[in-house]
Amino acid sequence: MPHDVKIGVLALQGAFREHVDAFRRLGCEATEVRLPQDLEGVDAVVMPGGESTTVSKLLATSGLCEPLSDRLHAGLPAFGTCAGMILLANVVEGAIAGQRSFGAIDIAVTRNAFGSQVHSFEHDLEIEGIEGGPFRAIFIRAPSIAHAGSGVELIARVGGQGVAARTGKVLVTAFHPELGRDLRVHEHFLGIVSEA
Amino acid sequence: MSVEPGSSETASTDNEIEVVATPRVKRGLAEMLKGGVIMDVVTPDEAKIAEDAGACAVMALERVPADIRAQGGVARMSDPDMILGIIDSVTIPVMAKARIGHFAEAQVLEALEVDYIDESEVLTPADEANHIDKWAFSVPFVCGATNLGEALRRIAEGAAMIRSKGEAGTGNVVEAVRHMRSINSDIRRLSSADEAELYSIAKELRAPAELVKEVAATGKLPVVLFTAGGIATPADAALMMQLGAEGVFVGSGIFKSDNPAARAKAIVEATTHFADAHIVAKVSRNLGDAMAGIEMSSLEPSERLADRGW
Repeated sequence: MPHDVKIGVLALQGAFREHVDAFRRLGCEATEVRLPQDLEGVDAVVMPGGESTTVSKLLATSGLCEPLSDRLHAGLPAFGTCAGMILLANVVEGAIAGQRSFGAIDIAVTRNAFGSQVHSFEHDLEIEGIEGGPFRAIFIRAPSIAHAGSGVELIARVGGQGVAARTGKVLVTAFHPELGRDLRVHEHFLGIVSEA
Repeated sequence: MSVEPGSSETASTDNEIEVVATPRVKRGLAEMLKGGVIMDVVTPDEAKIAEDAGACAVMALERVPADIRAQGGVARMSDPDMILGIIDSVTIPVMAKARIGHFAEAQVLEALEVDYIDESEVLTPADEANHIDKWAFSVPFVCGATNLGEALRRIAEGAAMIRSKGEAGTGNVVEAVRHMRSINSDIRRLSSADEAELYSIAKELRAPAELVKEVAATGKLPVVLFTAGGIATPADAALMMQLGAEGVFVGSGIFKSDNPAARAKAIVEATTHFADAHIVAKVSRNLGDAMAGIEMSSLEPSERLADRGW
């Protein structure tokens, strides 16, 4: 099913190409965003997995911080996975000094909530709003959602910890749907974009 | 549910099954490091400088390669106390080096919960015939390679990430270029070979036919490919990224330079904006002197670290 939207994928560091490929497979135009001018004509933004501290510093030096913040607060739909969820959150526990987050969704996140890499895992996850059985979710040094504000729906949990949430225009996951072949979470986001 | 070698299951609190250490989970962390710079650090203070400069991970080792060259002696895994100090000082992933074939050092590093192990030719090899069986570990491994055959042999042993070796501790990018070009030109050759030719190429590369066929079909390694060994400037990083590296390891190049914090930050920016020469030019200004560097022809064969491992 082709979608008439242009998705901008933040491409400063991390697994951005996988998101670009996923949206192209779903019939969308997808473009890499490294500089402010790359945001032109973008209908939604994706913040990929990577290292949130690294991306936070590169956001400042690339000049993207302010224009991206302005667009998000003006209602640009956004999808963040893992480090991207941290960047979109309101409060980041375990942040380093100067670490930036956009506050596009009213959640508090805990970095590395499941421990070091040897504790990273795959899990069959039930996600509210996603049909067709459990989603095979890959968690890598993943954050979790420690607190969600009113108006935020927690849509998936692992062992009692929130690992996915949505509001009207923002979707976040602590796991990496871009690493598998299952595109249902990306499709779900396109649904949010077309409602917006 | 199939469980890959080296993986194990643990029951989570809601009685569903979680599977740790699958190849996707091990290779997945390397996917998240792409486009980033992994910096060699010896102390927690250096690790903090690296994190503040935007490193996507740090590599703990006893001495940077330039000092290993200068001082000689046996180079080993770093002191566990130092590694734990580094883990405590930063929030980014911490990697650490083990000697080639020294699976007991690797077991120690896994017990310390480092995020990645580098089975590295920069340290003195412990086994002249065998690399570590990396499938036996939950922690993922990165290994060096000078060509495609070597990369695929390491992947067959369980490596979840590859870095081109280059020549560590020289500040000279020429070997990194040679190894990256060799890996990528062999991958292009596979892509144009027919099915029958792939078996003879596999034999020639001394690599498993299954992996050779996979690379031929996808046009890339099944794991992330970084570059290492001799990167000393932002332009070096931009060069390697344009040659097909998915990210950069910098060793002596940062902490053997005049201004490590500024140089580290500049290399991080050049790695992200590698295709934009205006940005690489801007970040390359006023960094002070790079490390002195060594011309390859002045190295004795026994001083070439890339020849360790096979």
